Amino acid sequence: MKTIFLDFEQSLADLAAKIEELRFVQDDSAVDISEEIARLEAKSQSLTKDLYAKLTPWQIAQVARHPQRPYTLDYAELIFTDFEELHGDRAFADDKAIVGGLARFNGQSCMVIGHQKGRDTKEKIARNFGMPRPEGYRKALRLMKMAEKFGLPVFTFVDTPGAYPGIGAEERGQSEAIGHNLYVMAELKVPIVTTIIGEGGSGGALAIAVADQVQMLQYATYSVISPEGCASILWKSAEKASEAAETMGITAARLKSLGLIDKVVNEPVGGAHRDHRGMAQSLKRALTDSLRQLADLSPTQLLEQRYEKLMAYGRFKEQKVA
Amino acid sequence: MSWLQKLLPPKIKRAEVSARNKSIPEGLWSKCTACEAVLYRSDLESNLNVCPKCGHHQRIRARARLDMLLDAEGRFEIGAEVVPVDPLKFKDSRRYTERLSAANKDTEEADAMVVMQGAINTVPVVVACFEFEFLGGSMGSVVGERFVRGAQAAYEQRLPFICITATGGARMQEGLFSLMQMSKTTAAVTRLAQRKLPFITLLTDPTMGGVSASFAFMGDVVIAEPGALIGFAGPRVIEQTVREKLPEGFQRSEFLLEKGAIDLIVDRRQLRTKLSELLTLLTRQPAVEA
Repeated sequence: MKTIFLDFEQSLADLAAKIEELRFVQDDSAVDISEEIARLEAKSQSLTKDLYAKLTPWQIAQVARHPQRPYTLDYAELIFTDFEELHGDRAFADDKAIVGGLARFNGQSCMVIGHQKGRDTKEKIARNFGMPRPEGYRKALRLMKMAEKFGLPVFTFVDTPGAYPGIGAEERGQSEAIGHNLYVMAELKVPIVTTIIGEGGSGGALAIAVADQVQMLQYATYSVISPEGCASILWKSAEKASEAAETMGITAARLKSLGLIDKVVNEPVGGAHRDHRGMAQSLKRALTDSLRQLADLSPTQLLEQRYEKLMAYGRFKEQKVA
Repeated sequence: MSWLQKLLPPKIKRAEVSARNKSIPEGLWSKCTACEAVLYRSDLESNLNVCPKCGHHQRIRARARLDMLLDAEGRFEIGAEVVPVDPLKFKDSRRYTERLSAANKDTEEADAMVVMQGAINTVPVVVACFEFEFLGGSMGSVVGERFVRGAQAAYEQRLPFICITATGGARMQEGLFSLMQMSKTTAAVTRLAQRKLPFITLLTDPTMGGVSASFAFMGDVVIAEPGALIGFAGPRVIEQTVREKLPEGFQRSEFLLEKGAIDLIVDRRQLRTKLSELLTLLTRQPAVEA
């Protein structure tokens, strides 16, 4: 698969084109230029490393949305075994923007739930670009209750621009569907480990992200509103998205320092989309760690700890009331 | 301009224009935002800011709301000690701290929620009420914390908890801290259920975004005021997304009742009676004299 380059990766794209050209020449050339190719490849590698070492929040938002980024179903295959997808909310439809099902994690039964974007145009449309409707959240809820019933830990993977703002979604209670998930996840009697793998878009993300452990991939984003949305409301111009991204604090590193997430999982050089397998490996280690931290807790301890975690969110000060 | 408006002497017009805030006009006269009837201000107030001509429920301030809802005796505020900070040093065209102090000056509130313990027709309750005039009633850390302290007070004293919403949603200037208030407030509500304490929500105009999509629909009983705009996404966002005209009355209380999203619509003038009735029914208490 050919890597798709982002706007800020122009220097990498140029270099890749050059390497490609040399390879093509090499095939019918008497002179050995493999050394030159190797040199350029090494250069490309170090350039990638340098570039990714100092990404701005807005560039990170582009990486988080990269069309080749691994999605939930990729992780379901690379991290878990025996993934059995289950469908539908039993009331209205099967929303393909959220996938879920039973699986084994290190041999142990578990529930996997996540947003799912599409790869090609047809799949993108079928999955509504990863923007769930109420039935998607209700399917997730059904699967979480099932996990609770059978004592299975829940792994959720977040990757959505947001819940779908459509007429039908409103008619069928988008608000209620999201709120209901928040309610049930606050007191679900099994461990929940959430990973933000791409875009963590507002309430549509949070609806499957109330957890005992919240981790984020290095170049994932998590925010109350998209940078574009924030810019168009507060700056009255979507062009200020990069400023909004900067000031809102949407990156894993920033959110970790603010105490809003528990862990940052590093990505392979140049982002997860350049090495799905490598990404899955480090994510699997992180998930194993997170689950181990929760495994010894009784359900009461687990819920008490989760409640305290939820109550601790927020920054304010207290002053004497006159 | 209606024929009536054209006939109005300039003095009356001025009173209307100079009113800094449409929902709380100063001066002697006030115009209904729905039917444009010109109303004698004290008439409107004695009618709980419901237009006597068309029944339109005007937006009202949090303290005015609590005043008309709670019995006069024995009420006190909860959580007023919690006040906002600027955790992200947020700045768009203006600093967040500037917006906060401007809102504080305009509303004389420290943030967008007022919580009070008191009684409705002698039925003891804790009521959390959004202040829409304070940065659009947006939910940030202070709103979340005051809500939780209210819920906590209800939990400890085994009282019903009521939340009256009037909000545009989460407060962008506090970034992800605001988003987390959704899970925080909703989690607090689960505790009430463990003690079988009623949680009632009253959704007023408007109730959108992060508040709508957290505890708003988790009430044992979900009530709306007539004609309130209630939804997840704003109508403009939806219109831009689906590129079609929204149906008449979309996202209004009556529409939500039709779709099965809320339990009932209650006229503001009947609210005290309805709430005390529902609360006594839920807690198996005898009826109270309204």
